Amino acid sequence: MSRAGAYTLTAVVVAATGLYAATDGLRALTAEAARRVQIQETRPAVPPFVVEGLQGRRHALRPDSNQVVMVEFIYTTCPTICQTAGGDFAALRDRAVDRGLPVRMLSVSFDPAADGLSELRDYADRHGADGDVWSVARLRPADLQDALRFFRVKAVPDGWGGYQHNAAVLLIDPDGLLVAAYDTGDFDRILAHVEQLS
Amino acid sequence: MNTVLLSTLCFGAALVLQPMARLDPVAHMLLQYPVLGVSGYLLGLKMPTAPDLRGPLLVLGITCVGFWMLPRSLDAALDSPGMHLAKLVTLPLLAGLPLGMSVPRVGAVLRGFLKAQSLSMLGVLSFLYSHAPIRICNSYLIEDQQRLGAGFLWLAGGLSLLWAVPLFLGHSLMPDLLLQRKKHHDLC
Repeated sequence: MSRAGAYTLTAVVVAATGLYAATDGLRALTAEAARRVQIQETRPAVPPFVVEGLQGRRHALRPDSNQVVMVEFIYTTCPTICQTAGGDFAALRDRAVDRGLPVRMLSVSFDPAADGLSELRDYADRHGADGDVWSVARLRPADLQDALRFFRVKAVPDGWGGYQHNAAVLLIDPDGLLVAAYDTGDFDRILAHVEQLS
Repeated sequence: MNTVLLSTLCFGAALVLQPMARLDPVAHMLLQYPVLGVSGYLLGLKMPTAPDLRGPLLVLGITCVGFWMLPRSLDAALDSPGMHLAKLVTLPLLAGLPLGMSVPRVGAVLRGFLKAQSLSMLGVLSFLYSHAPIRICNSYLIEDQQRLGAGFLWLAGGLSLLWAVPLFLGHSLMPDLLLQRKKHHDLC
């Protein structure tokens, strides 16, 4: 092979290796896919974030005892994706209860300025989140930025007073590690993972 | 105009575009990226290059462009200050510069292949961004993502005119500055 050919071939190998590494082994071309791959691989410990529940009671986001916590981030005035996500969460709750899985589900508002306790209650009523397995809460303003950064939630104002955001179901295992993120409608894989954790 | 001055102006324009790039993927990918690339490309035109290095330089430039075209890189450049800085450094120096040093000096057949390849890639990107049912970038609204898809198509249309019209007219539409290859007499 000519010298130029050898140099070029070497460059191609180096370039392909670089792109392979930059896409987590061709698994993640988007930031959202990267988030999911990296959560599964690093399993970061959830910091002691405190959320404010429907009765104004504060509780930790981390699991109490031998349970798995499913978290989704929402804002309650959302007309589209959160309503779908809310519907998905209701379906997920029904299936988890049917299977008798030790799970707690939390819809957490990332917009505590707009979502007062009455807005959270409306949202809970609308979706049948009775607080038994599934409850609705909001982040405290003090924790907001840290929590959005930790869970890698990105909410972009949509110009109509709402947001477009990377909705997902996040799984926290009984040890308080964030172990996975799934599409909100990916019931089978979510429940299989919860079963395996509990 | 002086090449270095023009290159500096392009880089300055990229810095001025930053607030727009944050809000609008079209400004980010179709305005800021290109001016960053051009600022390095112009410098590359003036650099002496050993013929053996043209291939590797071409691969380096294409890879760097490819990396920054990944949707996750677009997000990362907005979310992380380190990646923002990396974008400002690598698009001129690792994409534009090596492409400027190689593209005008490679053979006409390879250059034509690269042009055809970039047009078809722009078409694929256009389809991806305008038809994806999900948001591809977490930093941008889905409506803007679809506008970006349309933008890719306009760019592909514009470039194909720019490259095809001279074939009928017998001379290029590009300014002489960008046509260094004529001086090098190494068309194959």
